Amino acid sequence: MHGPDMTLAVKIGLSWCFAFLAAMNLTAIVFWVFRKEDGKLELPENFGLVATLCGLVFGVGLVLAHTSVPAPVSYSIGLVGLLAFGAYLVAVGLLRAGSAAAWTWLVFALVYLGLSAAYGYLPVSAAPVLPEAFRDTVDAVSGPVSFFFGSVIGLAVIIWFREFITRPAVGWIALNIFLAFYALSMTDWDFRQIVAKPDNIPITMMLLTVGFFTWLALRRAVENDRRIAEGKPVVEKEREEKVLVWPDLVYVELICMIIFTVGLVLWSIYLKAPIEQPANLTETPNPSKAPWYFLGLQEMLVYYDPWLAGVVFPGLIILGLMAMPYIDVNVKGAGYYTFRERSFAITTFLFGFIVLWVLMVTLGTFLRGPGWNFYGPYQYWDPHLVLPLVNVDFSDYFWLYWLGVAKPEHWALRELPGIIAVLLYFLILPPLLARTVFRRLYLQMGFARYMVFSFLFLMMAALPLKMLLRWTFNLKYIVHIGEYFFNI
Amino acid sequence: MALGDYIRSTQVWKSIFRHPAPVDRRNRVVVVLTNFVLHLHPVNIRKSGLDLSYTWCMGGLTFFLFLIETITGTLLMFYYRPTAMHAYRDILDLRDVVTLGILREMHRWGAHCMVLAVWLHMYRVFLTGSYKPPREFNWVVGVLLLVLTLLLSFTGYLLPWDQLAVWAITVGSNMARATPLLGHEGPLHSVLKIGEVGLIHSGSDARFLLIAGRTIGEMTLNRFYILHCIAIPLVVTSLIMIHFWRVRKDGGISGPL
Repeated sequence: MHGPDMTLAVKIGLSWCFAFLAAMNLTAIVFWVFRKEDGKLELPENFGLVATLCGLVFGVGLVLAHTSVPAPVSYSIGLVGLLAFGAYLVAVGLLRAGSAAAWTWLVFALVYLGLSAAYGYLPVSAAPVLPEAFRDTVDAVSGPVSFFFGSVIGLAVIIWFREFITRPAVGWIALNIFLAFYALSMTDWDFRQIVAKPDNIPITMMLLTVGFFTWLALRRAVENDRRIAEGKPVVEKEREEKVLVWPDLVYVELICMIIFTVGLVLWSIYLKAPIEQPANLTETPNPSKAPWYFLGLQEMLVYYDPWLAGVVFPGLIILGLMAMPYIDVNVKGAGYYTFRERSFAITTFLFGFIVLWVLMVTLGTFLRGPGWNFYGPYQYWDPHLVLPLVNVDFSDYFWLYWLGVAKPEHWALRELPGIIAVLLYFLILPPLLARTVFRRLYLQMGFARYMVFSFLFLMMAALPLKMLLRWTFNLKYIVHIGEYFFNI
Repeated sequence: MALGDYIRSTQVWKSIFRHPAPVDRRNRVVVVLTNFVLHLHPVNIRKSGLDLSYTWCMGGLTFFLFLIETITGTLLMFYYRPTAMHAYRDILDLRDVVTLGILREMHRWGAHCMVLAVWLHMYRVFLTGSYKPPREFNWVVGVLLLVLTLLLSFTGYLLPWDQLAVWAITVGSNMARATPLLGHEGPLHSVLKIGEVGLIHSGSDARFLLIAGRTIGEMTLNRFYILHCIAIPLVVTSLIMIHFWRVRKDGGISGPL
């Protein structure tokens, strides 16, 4: 059922894609070479003219690629523009004042250029694809467990090494790795089917924008934290002076609106909105998925029943967000980026937003296939894949395994251990935490705030906890009262 | 006389723009105060509020997207009939027949962007601690706007009336039948009864209220159409007005105390 990994359209697309990546890295050289101490760009005299001419040649090739002109011809025209720009940069900038980073970007650009030329000139049968062994390895190691722990460890690393990660060169390398991985993965048929779906484009946009803005915010936070430690005012404090809205703000707004509108119109021309077969309620597609922004919630259905995953948790997310400004009594960190002054609040929020929301949406969209089974990024979505469900209830553990007796008939007695466990979680943990790890928080917040906070916090922690219990003990339900649809 | 100066000296121009171009400080203040569109802004603003690396421009972008959605949505309404018989055909016509047929694309991609822009806006507001006093209540209004944005997108998802639409809405709305007390497969719904007669069944529960039937059908399409085009936009517009009003009253774009 596999389609071909490499097709003519993919090949042509990738030749341009890698040309763009090369152009991106050449542009980076400009920033690294011609940027002065104060952050301003000081460009050579005729830079604008050369860049415009090269861009025009590149653009002509790109436009011709959408006509009946043979692909190698239009591609060659684009390549001329790119190579000319690269040669100009090496001549005027790199040789004179190239830093180690700038030379690295040149190496990146050359590698991309090589790949681009390979896709531009080699026949379909000879064009490079991602090695089968690599794809098989990635599929073999990916699963809900490795995805979750990978996310948590990744977030921890980003927070812990934030000073290193928010350096421009490190960020640039990370972006390069992400984009090159994406582009090369497009040579896999299965990856393409999912990631290149028109309605899944927002997921890629989400990963890029959330990643970039997290990086940016941490960068500003690191800078401000350094200033605070040195007893200096934060960046925002230095930019406190007021300027007139006309013309300073209204022009920024106008430019943003124009750029965004142009982008949206081009996107709309280029990519058609999806329309499938007419509605037919007798034919259920597999998988059936909610709109992409709800797929984090749909992913929770693996671990909790609909009344929790679909109603109570979303409700509590909304209420919890609303309660946040009243719970957070920390007066520091208002109106400027910081990490150290609000480390607990920010870490908790990043865990909730990135690990439990953004990455769960990604998991639900890209990696959940027919039967809501997990499929690796390069794995075929086999509708006949059957995985054994071997999950057992907490009551099974308690009565059958531990006590070795039959389960009681009446639900109240049967589920008593589970009910006690849940009650302990919500009633015993808050005071226990208040006396230990949350001691300072409790004193700052007072009783009422703390109780609301601890309830919301425990609710949020309930999702990863249930995941862990599922993965380690195959636990299905902690409380299972099917008689009343009350399952936890 | 330059062409621009000539145009600005005509009676027509002067009748529309009551003032000459604001070049001095006094007139730049006046133009923001007295222009109908611009008066949403304060007269002056902290420099940090101009920095894209501080604001990410996401709040403004969200509002701009709401305007784009309103305009393209209104244009789409000229072509689209929310009935089981016509809906799907009208969507095909929007692609194949309507001149410059990118209206639906702009509306759909714009909607995806708007969801993303709201998230990023809230992300920024959180990371700069901008929900802290005196802005607590505006954060609450913002959370409501987030929920309504998701509902706008969700109700619009059904309207193309294709397999993608009905099954996405089926999956989404199935959650409602598990609502505690009020869903016919939710915990404790059997508590609500008069004598032996249960009040909550598949023809009376929360899901029935949402989709106007026991299964997705033409009445669902009608209900979602009204919610999408009239009911939710009205509420969103009201809340946006409050949101903007409070941004101004709470001291403009946040900055350090």
